[in-house]
Amino acid sequence: MPTGMLQIRAISAHPGGVPGRGVQREEEVCKYIDVTTCIGCKACEVACVEWNDMPFQQTTFDNTYQTMPATQWNYWNLIKFHEHQRDDGTQMWLMRKDQCMHCEDPGCLRACPADGAIVQYTNGIVDFQQENCIGCQYCVSGCPFDIPKFNSATKKVYKCTLCSDRVGQGLEPACIKSCPTGCLKFGTKSDMRALADARAKQLRDHSGFPNAGVYDPPSIGGTHVIYVLHDITKPELYGGLPANPQIPPTFTVWKRFAKPIALVLSLFAAPVAFFHYVSQGPKEPQPPPGLGGPGPSPGIGAKPAPGGADRVSE
Amino acid sequence: MHISRRAFIQTTVIGGAGLSAFGFDVGPAYAQAKTLKIQRTTETRSTCPYCSVSCGVIIHTLGDRAKNAIPQVVHVEGDPDHPINRGTLCPKGASLEQDIVNERRLLKPAVRRPGSDRWEDISWDQAIAEIADRVKKTRDATFVEKDQRGRTVNRCEGIAFTGGCTDTNEFNYLVVKTMRSLGVVYLENQARV
Repeated sequence: MPTGMLQIRAISAHPGGVPGRGVQREEEVCKYIDVTTCIGCKACEVACVEWNDMPFQQTTFDNTYQTMPATQWNYWNLIKFHEHQRDDGTQMWLMRKDQCMHCEDPGCLRACPADGAIVQYTNGIVDFQQENCIGCQYCVSGCPFDIPKFNSATKKVYKCTLCSDRVGQGLEPACIKSCPTGCLKFGTKSDMRALADARAKQLRDHSGFPNAGVYDPPSIGGTHVIYVLHDITKPELYGGLPANPQIPPTFTVWKRFAKPIALVLSLFAAPVAFFHYVSQGPKEPQPPPGLGGPGPSPGIGAKPAPGGADRVSE
Repeated sequence: MHISRRAFIQTTVIGGAGLSAFGFDVGPAYAQAKTLKIQRTTETRSTCPYCSVSCGVIIHTLGDRAKNAIPQVVHVEGDPDHPINRGTLCPKGASLEQDIVNERRLLKPAVRRPGSDRWEDISWDQAIAEIADRVKKTRDATFVEKDQRGRTVNRCEGIAFTGGCTDTNEFNYLVVKTMRSLGVVYLENQARV
């Protein structure tokens, strides 16, 4: 178990509590992304690829400045470009850094059936542990932001780690460090939230964006990546940011209700088996039909199963 | 060695109970955070070679400069102590590792002869000799001692000098001294360091 900066808060599909949890006080960390001062230079994309030793690869061109249509298993950080026409006819060029949001209540972790394949640290980082991943891709469907991406070669799922290796050693994430305009910042969740609120107020009061606000969706308990948006009422404009992200209810039903109920029911299996043994006795080898004996006779007109007949004849 | 069925079960049960009682946790470690890849690398301060902003960078190389370790660049990031960029970098600067660790990186001088369609490698000695030769020839051909109105100007209009952004103050001092002594007036560099 890592010590120091990274203590575990939640483990996917883990029965019982988290070992060693709650012994240390720790601040939650957060990325602050001010889309209003982003210039779309993609330094964060390059810094991410470079730090994580992922291949520099050919980009796609689809009549935008976007590097590729969506993040990939080996491309975790993507600026989404969108040209938006405002009601007064003027154009706005919206750019949003798309990456894992590190939700307070992560849909991926809740969906994951593999013990320890996804962990959440007490500082809020949600990290995939590929050695425990079974490649089922439930996290892909559990994520409200379409972030985990499957690698069909290794049969594992990958996503942004919020540079848990750097943060665990007291450094800022690679993308944050590179940002030349300062629209990316990194710090404690409370500091970043205060900074974002102040910036949104500035946009509302002085910059002509009366709907400016902070994207920190309460439907998933808040995120550890927060945005300052020109118009908080229309987050979909920024490359499809969901206004009200939700974890699919099937995972809630499964993990919160079905799984505990099944666990309790499975406890009855042993006593039931015991009482069945006491009342019915052990299962005796059944003599072949036609030789008499207490074995169940095959139904009228039913052929005996071929496997059963073979076993009897041996 | 003969183990009876009874002895085998007894050993298994007692041994397992003992291991459980003394707390052998054979479960997996739940999170193995990646180790920091630049934990013990050698840090070298340098200047980004691209534009005239001249951002400071830190180049991380493998090893601790011991005699037998051949350093290899593993990471480049901004220098937080540099007053110009304070740790930030643009996308070109952020990709500097690929600039250094690159099979297409130029490691020796190359020349494309007039009319040729390809580059050929030449040695440093040959390159310097050829440049000196051409400087002499061009200067002799284009040196202007007096302008049209008879004033002494002593300038060489056939040569221009362009410096790069990593040129230091001291280097540029020497550049100016050398070029002015040749009479070069078209003298420019983008350096800010």
